[in-house]
Amino acid sequence: MKFALKTMAFSVMLAGASVAFSQSGETVKIAHIDPFSGPFANVGQNQLKSWQFVAERLNANAKLNPAGVKFEVVGFDNKGSPQESLNALKAAVDQGFRYVTQGNGSGAAAAIQDAVNKHNERNPGKEVVYINYAAVDPALTNERCSFWHFRLDADTSMKMEALTSFMKDEKNIKNIYLINQNYAHGQQVAKFFKEGMARKRPDVKIVGDELHPLGQVKDFAPYVAKIKASGADAIVTGNWGTDMTLLVKALNDSGMKVPLYAYYAGVSGTPTALAQGKDMNVSQVAISHSNYTGDLQALRNDFKKKFNDDYYTFQTYLGLRMLSEGMAKAKSTDPVKVATAMSGLRFQGTVGEVEMRKTDHQLQQHMFISKWTKADAKHPYSEENTGFNFAVVKQLEPYVASTPTSCQMKRP
Amino acid sequence: MSARHYEFKPYNIGRWLVWSLFALVLLVAPVVFTSSLSHTMLSQMGIAIIVCLAYNMLLGQGGMLSFGHAVYSGMGSFLAIHTLNAVGKGAFDLPVSLIPLVGGMAGLAFALLLGWVTTKKAATPFAMITLGVGELVWAMSLMFPEFFGGEGGISGNRVTGSKPFGITFGPQIQLYYLIAVYTFVCTALMFAFTRTPLGRILNAVRDNPERVEFVGYDTQKVRFFAFCISGFFAGISGGLGALNFEIVTSEVVGAARSGAYLLFVFLGGATFFFGPILGAILMVLAFVLLSELTKAWLLYLGLVFLFMVMYAPGGIASLIMMNLRVAAFGRLRTLWVSYLGLGLTFLVVLLGAGAMIEMTYHLQINAAMGDQVKYLGIPLHARGLNSWFGSLFVVLTGFGLFELMRRQFAIQWGEIQTEIEKEIKRRETA
Amino acid sequence: MEFITVSLLNGLSYGLLLFMLSSGLTLIFSMMGVLNFAHASFYMLGAYFGYTVSQTIGYAPGLILAPLAVGVLGALFEKYCLRRVHHFGHVPELLITFGLSYLILEIVQLVWGRSAMDYRKPEWLDFPAFSIFGTQFPAYRLFTMGVALVMLAALWLLLKKTRIGLVIQAALTHPQAVESLGHNVPRVFMLVFGGGAALAGLAGAVGGAQFVTEPAMAASVGSIIFVVVVVGGMGSLPGAFVASLLIGLMDAFAVGSDRSLADALRFFGMVVNEATFGWVVLKVKISQVAAILPYLLLVLILIFRPRGLLGTREG
Repeated sequence: MKFALKTMAFSVMLAGASVAFSQSGETVKIAHIDPFSGPFANVGQNQLKSWQFVAERLNANAKLNPAGVKFEVVGFDNKGSPQESLNALKAAVDQGFRYVTQGNGSGAAAAIQDAVNKHNERNPGKEVVYINYAAVDPALTNERCSFWHFRLDADTSMKMEALTSFMKDEKNIKNIYLINQNYAHGQQVAKFFKEGMARKRPDVKIVGDELHPLGQVKDFAPYVAKIKASGADAIVTGNWGTDMTLLVKALNDSGMKVPLYAYYAGVSGTPTALAQGKDMNVSQVAISHSNYTGDLQALRNDFKKKFNDDYYTFQTYLGLRMLSEGMAKAKSTDPVKVATAMSGLRFQGTVGEVEMRKTDHQLQQHMFISKWTKADAKHPYSEENTGFNFAVVKQLEPYVASTPTSCQMKRP
Repeated sequence: MSARHYEFKPYNIGRWLVWSLFALVLLVAPVVFTSSLSHTMLSQMGIAIIVCLAYNMLLGQGGMLSFGHAVYSGMGSFLAIHTLNAVGKGAFDLPVSLIPLVGGMAGLAFALLLGWVTTKKAATPFAMITLGVGELVWAMSLMFPEFFGGEGGISGNRVTGSKPFGITFGPQIQLYYLIAVYTFVCTALMFAFTRTPLGRILNAVRDNPERVEFVGYDTQKVRFFAFCISGFFAGISGGLGALNFEIVTSEVVGAARSGAYLLFVFLGGATFFFGPILGAILMVLAFVLLSELTKAWLLYLGLVFLFMVMYAPGGIASLIMMNLRVAAFGRLRTLWVSYLGLGLTFLVVLLGAGAMIEMTYHLQINAAMGDQVKYLGIPLHARGLNSWFGSLFVVLTGFGLFELMRRQFAIQWGEIQTEIEKEIKRRETA
Repeated sequence: MEFITVSLLNGLSYGLLLFMLSSGLTLIFSMMGVLNFAHASFYMLGAYFGYTVSQTIGYAPGLILAPLAVGVLGALFEKYCLRRVHHFGHVPELLITFGLSYLILEIVQLVWGRSAMDYRKPEWLDFPAFSIFGTQFPAYRLFTMGVALVMLAALWLLLKKTRIGLVIQAALTHPQAVESLGHNVPRVFMLVFGGGAALAGLAGAVGGAQFVTEPAMAASVGSIIFVVVVVGGMGSLPGAFVASLLIGLMDAFAVGSDRSLADALRFFGMVVNEATFGWVVLKVKISQVAAILPYLLLVLILIFRPRGLLGTREG
């Protein structure tokens, strides 16, 4: 009798355990929609490899992957175009993908978010979840917020909040020059920076608020001349790509030693340009930096060895961790259940606990102000083989960069 | 030289046949291709057909090479989506099916605004002005987020407003049939345009503007009218695009899109009316399917375009028509062996070249993922000499055979052409 | 005073750079009537060749080898492809160069990859030449200006003072007559196209180190060199020179000016603020549109003076 009871109890426990891990061993397919051909292909390819590399690592690591699922990431080329993204999304949905991720371009992000909303509304039972890993337009978690959309990167308002919190303690900065690309992103960088600075250091003067056409300026020398004439002692920019590289080169050429605070200084191509200058004073505000230790350091080094390219999109790590934790919590891989589980989820990020805020699905995480420094024993990584990296100057807790939201989320 | 006209009285059977076939294809296509992706692609093809035909009004019929036509279809898209949003908010009551006409009006308005100065001169100055205007509009579209929606663009919901007969346009198939109706009507209208006096004089302006002036027409006025009409149809296409994607971003006025119109209209054939229709279908296929099939799609596109310009500047349409002419004289069957041979050897060359290109792309992009490439089901080793030698051998053999077949074909073709010319002369004098 | 001097210097150097980029295009256009859409692609090829040579041999040999290589490629293209479409008219010629630009872009990405290349200025040119009002002016920019002026001088001498120049000029307007005089006109055209491509290649080898050497570099300069050629007057070398200087100066001075249409209206006493109709357009500052002013200039010139500043013929 006792033996029977024990066996019964044991088998019930086993049954319970198997239900708990009913999603374990399942394959979760994620469609990665980004430009893989055309002018931004190198960034897109790097990020696809990042997703796939982290997926491989996590699939073999039970501690970081508590749901025990097997992630498979497949790329769909949207050529950088929002309209093509919709085609890519249709193709992915047709092929049975229920999780979609994208990051290069808030235009494509808005298109995908909209399409996912409409698809989920018109096709109950076939819902799709959209993980946005790098599109930073604040509108996506404010006016346009959606239950199905989860953002892993800090949006522009958060990054500027972090930057201004750091700069308010820099006593020797009195005059700041803003230079940005004249489109939504650049305009938002300028707007949020000015707001943040006005609150924290009203004595600081904004001596210049420059907006230049996107990708059209070949010669930044006149802009540098203007910056010099304004007497600025710090420059803040949200520029990326060629605009960033050319700005950096022009600053180099003119011999200006004014500190530059940038948004996208670590993206493919810019570190090489920075390395060409002599004693460049460049800092970046981001959700990551160059010199992790432990598992993440091993990940970066292995990635470099395999692809001869830098792993800098840590949102891929955060994304897969979040999905796995969400699936474990929901005990299922069904997108509706997982989305509900992820809404409000707290989990271990790269350096501490992070939270996927329930109100707007914006991840609340640590921010880093890092500075371009020569590699040494304490900061060993070499970005793009330049011998330099972004070493942390200040780590900011999640609450510092947290910004309010106007989101009125409709939940299913 | 006078061609033999077939005149059917009182009904032009040939014309009725062709147009009925066209309508039939439009009706039946979504039933044959049923996946959701196919429906989207068919919708996009309909939209592309309208805009490519509108573009050809300038290029093929007017001899005006425009590098900035996306401005007019793009502005049509923007105004259409703003109108859609206004209808959704209840500002006024316009059925969704008439929204593309708003787009057309927008296209027309902008063509009226910019057209007079654009059409002052023809040929190269015209091309340069359209280039400049296109760049200006694109740069400004990024600067004014209030109207252009910034990076996120403007999104809308086509399931709004009144629902006649219960049609909401929510499902893609309903929207497809709306697009099909617009495509048929616009194609018919644009074909009718080629038959009007304005259309004919436009052709004359293309061929000999100086003489047209002497005959008494103002070439600038003619070009301006054609420009405006072309802008109207481009705007309609943009409006349909706004309904289809439900989001409009600044890329719709960009240079890449204008370039695509030019490329594919030329590929399809600018000298015949139906050429742009072929070009439009190719455009959608290339952008949606080809890029998923191979990473080297831009390379293939560039090569195809280059060879087209060199060997068949009239595009695919001209190739079809040349063969139709041969068929009309009953000579096509003598050629079919040569065509078969050409086709087969060309396929061989293509296979070999494709293998080499795919391996090169793989080495460049995915080298770390191992060196195996799946090419048409055959695994190739990008770093293995075997694969390289194999494909090179295939290419060279294929090329050699192709050359042999081509020479024989050229002789045959030349003979047939002389025979046809003789036959035409004979019929003339008879 | 400081603003004017610095802007003048910047404007002149940028203008000369534009001239360096567009001189080859002007040559090809004025001599052959072909608007070469692939000119910017030849520029890109020159930069990549320059980079490769600088990595293996050194920077200076690159300045000779890169233009040579690009020139040879250009000549081969002319002989095997462009020649075939000559008799189809100007539109197919333009289109074939359009197709070539796509092709070159893909091939460059295939051979060198999609990332930006680390093409550096050589050590012996990487120092500040002089300091003006506290800002340094790099020696490399001075070197670039020098190269542009040398190009101008060489082209002018070639076309006006040598026999081959006379033949080229004659072959443009009367090719049959020149051929009947015994000159090999197709070979002349091939040389001209190759020469234009070589000039683009040299511009690339020099400019690639100043700017960014990446696949998108062709697209970024592509439109502006057309503006230079058209504004200067199609077929006029001095016109292109004047136009490039004009655009360069316009750019430098426009960036320095923060005035807007709203300011102009206020000057006339009107009250202009957010509530005014068209505020969105009125508040745009000149510095914000500086980089697209050349296109505005293009459109205006084509409306009011279609043959350009110093052009001798239209279209």
